[in-house]
Amino acid sequence: MAEIQESGDKKGKGSKQKKMSIRVDFTPMVDMNMLLITFFMLCTSLSKPQTMEISMPSNDKNITEEQQNKVKASQALTLLLDADNKLYYYEGEPDYDNYASLKETTYEADGLRKILLRKNADAVKKVRELKEKKARLEITEEECKKQIAEVKSGKNTPTVIIKATDRSTYKNLVDALDEMQICSIGKYVIVDVAEGDQVLLDHYHQGSDAAHV
Amino acid sequence: MSRAKIQKKATFIDMTAMSDVTVLLLTFFMLTASFVKKEPVQVVTPSSVSEIKIPETNLLSILVDTNGKIFMSLDKQDDMATTLEAMGEEYGVTFTPQEVKKFSLFQTFGVPMKNLKSFLALSGEEQDKVLKNQGIPCDSIDNQFKAWVRHARIANPDLRIAIKADQQTPYMVIKKVMNSLQDLKENRYNLITSLKTSAED
Repeated sequence: MAEIQESGDKKGKGSKQKKMSIRVDFTPMVDMNMLLITFFMLCTSLSKPQTMEISMPSNDKNITEEQQNKVKASQALTLLLDADNKLYYYEGEPDYDNYASLKETTYEADGLRKILLRKNADAVKKVRELKEKKARLEITEEECKKQIAEVKSGKNTPTVIIKATDRSTYKNLVDALDEMQICSIGKYVIVDVAEGDQVLLDHYHQGSDAAHV
Repeated sequence: MSRAKIQKKATFIDMTAMSDVTVLLLTFFMLTASFVKKEPVQVVTPSSVSEIKIPETNLLSILVDTNGKIFMSLDKQDDMATTLEAMGEEYGVTFTPQEVKKFSLFQTFGVPMKNLKSFLALSGEEQDKVLKNQGIPCDSIDNQFKAWVRHARIANPDLRIAIKADQQTPYMVIKKVMNSLQDLKENRYNLITSLKTSAED
């Protein structure tokens, strides 16, 4: 593997020292290293998974019910996540007698996002301005975060109530939460489906079925 | 005419530089390595735009598969041992030190308490096979999941909770998990997602 070459023996007449150039063949070493690299590349996860942080309301029965009702009706938007990736919403107080108050939308960009952006236009504009300012280095990162948080919890921002039915999937929930983040909505809550909402959904299905027939 | 002599020359490529490069790469990979955890079930996490990274230490991850089977993992072996002992006390199962040791080396666990002792007696390969069909019960009658989380929290107060669920999991299952966490006043936790690429938008 390693070879020792004699060189320069013709030149010197007086020098007694023989010059030796030692060459070590690194090929097996490289082979082994490549093998190890391959192993490490396959067995490690380089990118850590992303997470989203959520805080749920505490489970004390006496608080939640009242606080939910406290939400200003004009600012409230209730999302009902149903089976088969269907999404329904109503604004303000639920009107349990009239299923037509329920509107259908989608998780696509022109569905839910459009509605939320319209509801939250002021806050979105402010957040965008702040982000631009940060990009131009007019304000620091912390300052920007603080101000965004302030805008998000401002007085006239909508409150979104997410009600997921048992037939919806986890993806639906994450998609809905995702939209909250995209649309800079600071106040949102995940609650159980009320009986009235379920009735409303059933009526809606019946109503739309009847319309198709 | 003498034919042109083909000079015989040993092609000797100097691999020293190549070796340098590979060693450098190897060092990089070894230092950044965080090994992929072996999970009993494969889950596809939903994508989101959130860019918060998951904390590395003090993590209690809850794995929920499509059928609603629940598995858990703790990243510290000491916590695993303490939690198991506390659970054993509550459910009236005593574990030998060997069993505790074996349990604390698990990467993911999810076996009902009554099966745990027999599960620990199995060999590694058999465990992998069996684990897929087990899962921690999380019903209103027998909520062992809640007990696990409670004892894990006692064992390590700095614990962060992360839920990793398949995107097709029915919300009903997630609700059970979330409600159990809510009962324990664990109101802040993380949902593990993958990064949404712009192509998907």
